Amino acid sequence: MADIRSNFVGIKSPNPFWLASAPPTDKAYNVERAFKAGWGGVVWKTLGENPPVVNVNGPRYGAIWGADRRLLGFNNIELITDRDLYVNLREIKQVKKTWPDRALVVSLMVPCQEEAWKTILPLVEETEADGIELNFGCPHGMSERGMGSAVGQVPEYVEMVVRWCKQNTRMPVITKLTPNITDIRKPARAAHAGGTDAVSLINTINSITGVDLDNFAPQPAIDGKGTHGGYCGPAVKPIALNMVAEIARDPETRGLPISGIGGVTTWRDAAEFLALGAGNVQVCTAAMTYGFKIVQEMIEGLKNWMDAKGHASLDDVIGRAVPNVTDWQYLNLNYVTKARIDQDLCIKCGRCHIACEDTSHQAITSQVNGERRFEVIEEECVGCNLCVNVCPVEGCIEMVPLAAGSLDKRTGKVVSGDYANWTTHPNNPMKVAAE
Amino acid sequence: MGDRQHQDGIVAGRLSAEDYARNFADLHPPLDAHEARVEADRCYFCYDAPCMHACPTSIDIPMFIRQIATGDPLGSAKTIFDQNILGGMCARVCPTETLCEEACVREEAEGKPVQIGRLQRYATDAAMAAGRQFYERAAPTGRRVAVVGAGPAGLACAHRLAMHGHAVTIYEAREKPGGLNEYGIAAYKTPGGFAQAEVDYVTAIGGITIENGKALGRELSLTGLAHDFDAVFLAMGLSGVNALKAQGEEAGGVENAVDYIAHLRQASDLSALPIGRRVVVIGGGMTAIDIAVQARLLGAEEVTICYRRGKEHMNASLWEQDLAASKGVVIRHWLQPRRIVAEGGRVKAIELEYTALSEGRLTGTGETLTLKADQVFKAIGQTFEPAALNGSGETVALEGGRIRVDAEGRTSMPKVWAGGDCVAGGDDLTVSAVAQGRDAAESIHRALMG
Ligand SMILES: Cc1cc2nc3c(=O)[nH]c(=O)nc-3n(C[C@H](O)[C@H](O)[C@H](O)COP(=O)(O)OP(=O)(O)OC[C@H]3O[C@@H](n4cnc5c(N)ncnc54)[C@H](O)[C@@H]3O)c2cc1C
Ligand SMILES: Cc1cc2nc3c(=O)[nH]c(=O)nc-3n(C[C@H](O)[C@H](O)[C@H](O)COP(=O)(O)O)c2cc1C
Ligand code: SF4
Ligand code: SF4
Ligand code: SF4
Repeated sequence: MADIRSNFVGIKSPNPFWLASAPPTDKAYNVERAFKAGWGGVVWKTLGENPPVVNVNGPRYGAIWGADRRLLGFNNIELITDRDLYVNLREIKQVKKTWPDRALVVSLMVPCQEEAWKTILPLVEETEADGIELNFGCPHGMSERGMGSAVGQVPEYVEMVVRWCKQNTRMPVITKLTPNITDIRKPARAAHAGGTDAVSLINTINSITGVDLDNFAPQPAIDGKGTHGGYCGPAVKPIALNMVAEIARDPETRGLPISGIGGVTTWRDAAEFLALGAGNVQVCTAAMTYGFKIVQEMIEGLKNWMDAKGHASLDDVIGRAVPNVTDWQYLNLNYVTKARIDQDLCIKCGRCHIACEDTSHQAITSQVNGERRFEVIEEECVGCNLCVNVCPVEGCIEMVPLAAGSLDKRTGKVVSGDYANWTTHPNNPMKVAAE
Repeated sequence: MGDRQHQDGIVAGRLSAEDYARNFADLHPPLDAHEARVEADRCYFCYDAPCMHACPTSIDIPMFIRQIATGDPLGSAKTIFDQNILGGMCARVCPTETLCEEACVREEAEGKPVQIGRLQRYATDAAMAAGRQFYERAAPTGRRVAVVGAGPAGLACAHRLAMHGHAVTIYEAREKPGGLNEYGIAAYKTPGGFAQAEVDYVTAIGGITIENGKALGRELSLTGLAHDFDAVFLAMGLSGVNALKAQGEEAGGVENAVDYIAHLRQASDLSALPIGRRVVVIGGGMTAIDIAVQARLLGAEEVTICYRRGKEHMNASLWEQDLAASKGVVIRHWLQPRRIVAEGGRVKAIELEYTALSEGRLTGTGETLTLKADQVFKAIGQTFEPAALNGSGETVALEGGRIRVDAEGRTSMPKVWAGGDCVAGGDDLTVSAVAQGRDAAESIHRALMG
């Protein structure tokens, strides 16, 4: 049986599944339920200075849905904890005592002054929590007060605050990054320079989930007005994966531990984050959608997959996909694929045809000999994968690589077995001179 | 249960009032908004959708379902009505299991087609409940068209003609319009006076006058209509019934299924409708199923359908056969009626002969079976009665006993079109009658304006 015990910057947990700092971790009540359900750790809902912030009293969440109203993307305009600092600290201490084997990290956000950090850090240390996470991510409300993403968007501030924390506590420091920035590597490098033990990402993305067309109010709306909220859930996973990978493969931050966050919903999502360099994952929306029990699927699924693939421990998985992330210019232009439709699986919906016909390369038939039949015309197929993505039957269309030496019927050229990329391509005005 | 539940003979009030109400409630209750959204989400929006090709009126099914899914049920209804102005009735009565839903790719994918019929009902109900009319009459053309028969074919034709600005008079032999929608369709498929509500909805476009109680061959002659109007559309359905050819068929208690159903459909109090304790139905089509099921629902204890060929030969779809079985109807195959056993002029039993196919021909084996019966329903097919057409002068050519038409619905007689059950080569479905009525209207319009 695969061993999925996790050691993230010295913080141990029985599995790599932590709950992210959010409503599921706002109170001892929720956190104890989470630990009973099997979560390996939690990052407590972000603490701030007293008096606590106040939240809106109207809707604070918005969402978008897929078929059957499956929640795909989620957004919130909630602030950090609105409970008293000392109540939170007392509960943290008690929970850690009751659950010594679980990871308990405390998320913090106080004003950008050293004194503020110096004051709160000993209070957290006293709880015997395992570490702290600096919330430089929150994109709404707190940022208007010079905290959250207002700090996270300025690499110099990130570095400064991280340094204050490292100087004033023995606890491991995890720096949580905002994705509302053009190049995620910049704040990651800054956190690294400040001495952070790890980064965690992504926090939520600025968003408006929709507009109420009866009163033209952006969603979620408070008394007819809306503001941008933080977007999360399955829809943001691809963005998060890329940002994790960017940090994992950046020469300046390579090796910096990463806690992967953003749309993790199943064991598979978690495994993907691990493969792209995350040491563990944090989950919020999936828990808020389905409850804490999903962690059982995540734990079992990850173990079963690792067993099936012969991965003994998390270290066998973490970062394994990082070397395969590269720049576009290094992709092999001699790699040629063609779509192939499995006629036994095809249910003849015609979506591949109309997608390719209307918007791609006219490479799928709709009729063959007067019969409704969908076949790829290899002479036209550019191998773009659109048909695979629109086909409702998984595995029905496959992208098949052409073997070296075979003929690409579209270009009329024989497929080369050599690797050749854009940097040496004749059409590239800046190509590297041929040797 | 009424106290006459187990009484022999043909008696009324076998059941309690609640039983009648429950038995004759909607067979497929309407989808609520949530159910409709969930179901609509299942549609793949297929290209050149197979379901659409399987619909005799070619409704743009993926489009109307997408409109439901995106929260625009009225837009959806218009998409349906554009092709089929009786889309509300068709949603209720179409044998979708052999039409659109059989062709749905999700039938192939997982044996569970998108419930197109119920979604169609959802959208059309929404439009009718909102009283929303989508069509306006074109400027009056001054042309007048006579339509004979206010069934689905006649109504669809009249609506399309009215849209084009022609003035339409429908002559209907019965007291009420609607044709078999009003008098024939099983009660549990279209409860709540829907047929009349739909007639009102269709005729609300204006320019359509219905004259009830006026029959061709009685008050009217075809030559007269052809003389008085610019065009005539014949949509009289089938008013004859095949004979059983069994000895003693005239005995009391032996009835035509369609007549009984018409009675049932018009009954204001089902408990006043007498039904046998042991009922035998002869036939194998939709009518046989409908009378058998409704006999059971009225409280008949034993209902047996006897069909002279095998299960696979029945005109009733498998779904219909299963429905009958689920209501406690027994279907027996390879049996043909030979003799009605009567006592005091009333049926007591029916003697049937086993049949077999030998060299492709159906023959009696000589072996017989006698089933006790206090009521026997004949459901062995309706026929066209051409007598109504035979005025003086020209006659309309027939084919296989029904009116011969070309692809546009033109008969052999100038100015005269026909469609629906009364024409040759159709499949005797409401939806096909609508398609033919609509298409004949377009042909008439072209002829009148050309
Ligand atoms: C019992 C039964 C159940 C059925 N169930 C279904 C079902 O579930 N689904 C389905 O798709 N189809 C069903 N059908 C078939 C469907 O009802 C018909 O195909 C459809 O009604 C045909 O439409 P129509 O307009 O051609 O004829 P009809 O509906 O028969 O309408 C013809 C009209 O013409 C009138 N008429 C007749 N003669 C004259 C005359 N001389 N002068 C003036 N008016 C005249 C009649 O009174 C009638 O109103 C069923 C049929 C029967 C008998
Ligand atoms: C395959 C693909 C290629 C695109 N290429 C371009 C591009 O070359 N230039 C551009 O400005 N936007 C490009 N876009 C972005 C689209 O114009 C559009 O802004 C984006 O897809 C968001 O719209 P949508 O998700 O609602 O479709 C591309 C989008 C797709 C899906
Ligand atoms: S891979 Fe692209 S070009 Fe080829 S058939 Fe599919 S959609 Fe068309
Ligand atoms: S999209 Fe898939 S299932 Fe649909 S026709 Fe194409 S290959 Fe077949
Ligand atoms: S065949 Fe089925 S899935 Fe495809 S468009 Fe029609 S209803 Fe939708």
